[in-house]
Amino acid sequence: MTMPFYAPPEQMMKDKADYAQKGIARGRSLVAFRYGGGIAIVAENTSSTLRKVSEIYDRIAFAGVGRYNEFDQLRIAGVRHADLKGFAFSREDVDARSLANAYAQSLGQVFTHEFKPMEVEILVAEIGLDGDGRGDQLFHILYDGTVVDEDDWVVLGGETEEISERFEEALPDAPRSLAEGVRAAVAALAGPDRTLSAQSLEAAVLDRGKDRRAFRRLTDDEVAAILDA
Amino acid sequence: MSLPRFGPHDDPGPDFAALLRLTGAGPEGGPLGAAVRHPQAPPEIPHGTTCVAVRYGSGVVMAGDRRATAGHLISNHRIEKVFPADRHSGVAIAGAAGPSAEMVRLFQLQLEHYEKVEGMPISLEGKANQLGQMVRANLPSALQGLVVVPIFAGFDTAASKGRIFEYDVTGGRYEERDHAATGSGSLHADTVVKLGYRPSMARAAATDLVLDALYVASDADSATGGPDPVRDVFPVVAVIDADGYVRLDDAELRRRTERLLRRHRSRRGGDGASAS
Repeated sequence: MTMPFYAPPEQMMKDKADYAQKGIARGRSLVAFRYGGGIAIVAENTSSTLRKVSEIYDRIAFAGVGRYNEFDQLRIAGVRHADLKGFAFSREDVDARSLANAYAQSLGQVFTHEFKPMEVEILVAEIGLDGDGRGDQLFHILYDGTVVDEDDWVVLGGETEEISERFEEALPDAPRSLAEGVRAAVAALAGPDRTLSAQSLEAAVLDRGKDRRAFRRLTDDEVAAILDA
Repeated sequence: MSLPRFGPHDDPGPDFAALLRLTGAGPEGGPLGAAVRHPQAPPEIPHGTTCVAVRYGSGVVMAGDRRATAGHLISNHRIEKVFPADRHSGVAIAGAAGPSAEMVRLFQLQLEHYEKVEGMPISLEGKANQLGQMVRANLPSALQGLVVVPIFAGFDTAASKGRIFEYDVTGGRYEERDHAATGSGSLHADTVVKLGYRPSMARAAATDLVLDALYVASDADSATGGPDPVRDVFPVVAVIDADGYVRLDDAELRRRTERLLRRHRSRRGGDGASAS
């Protein structure tokens, strides 16, 4: 029987984290922020069919960066979690916090116990029931299961420091409009040397309107109209 | 509650009923289909009856009365039998009230679940087939008396027109050209619709026609409830067109019902005071 080489646990964890971070940094980033009418998520995505942002439940949205097949698998698991919970209890019992915890458990489990960590970062966003946005929640979940409860806005993906700096500078103070936020987000994602067109963006909102299902995608035309204004 | 995860070989895909079975989260024996282990169903459980659907120029109108009966007793005066299935379709159900409500809830969830998992809604035809499978799954219970017979109607966004589907207890699915009715008062209701139906009629005319059909059915069938001005209860009427499912508000229904009753009174030759 051959003896496995000894590797200190610190080193193993660090290797896994490096591996996951590298995978995430290869993909394009996304920005989520709160605005007067709800929460908006803007992602750089040249595909119009492979989505990064999607609906989980009435007031909950999901967004992922990194490896598409991995975060899409998490998205579907989230839809199942939410629909099962809503069926067993009631629609109002489905909340982002419990979903974020389930994601964190699952990602943490994979990170420590499996050979390959997931190369993803995900966001679970929920708009509150009262109209003033007090119940809004943004949970940022990392590849190792770390959960960060964000307050006003968040950047996911690679180069987050540069994008965050640019976004913070460009973003007007709350209360801001959707258009102001989207323009700041696109400028931050693009950086000084590029411009992003509506076709290479994916944008969606959780709209504090009267509809039960708050999730709505912005069409390319809507995004283009905001960017041209 | 942990995150439900599946391997590539046992993944239920976008099917919510299969997900319930796999996770064991549904009622014992799976949703619907679990035959009650008694020689026959208890005779006096609440039943809902008459629903109609009529195609008009730019969509479909669906309506259902508000009465539930258990044996010879009226068990509910304001039960609802017409529901949105999703944005562009609706379902109306006659039969045992409990299983009906369960089927509607599961059907609504099934459509929404599919739409979220797959990223696009099911075609109208696909939705009609899904409901057919649910009715079929309920057959063992139906044979013991817990019959559920729905009507499914919606606006087909691909073909830009309203469509109506009828079912039998075995899940048989039949597309109707113009109108459909289900429940114990359906014979009378359907006759009224048949006589008053005009191709490409306007929404208002179609609404008045379904109200009339339910009124006449309530006049002949004890399990169908008529309009109740004392409790301010009117049939549930929903309109589905390109803009989606809209339930008409009580103010409009009250106005239309009052006009309908006036019309019936004047047909009897008077203002109603002398009618016996």
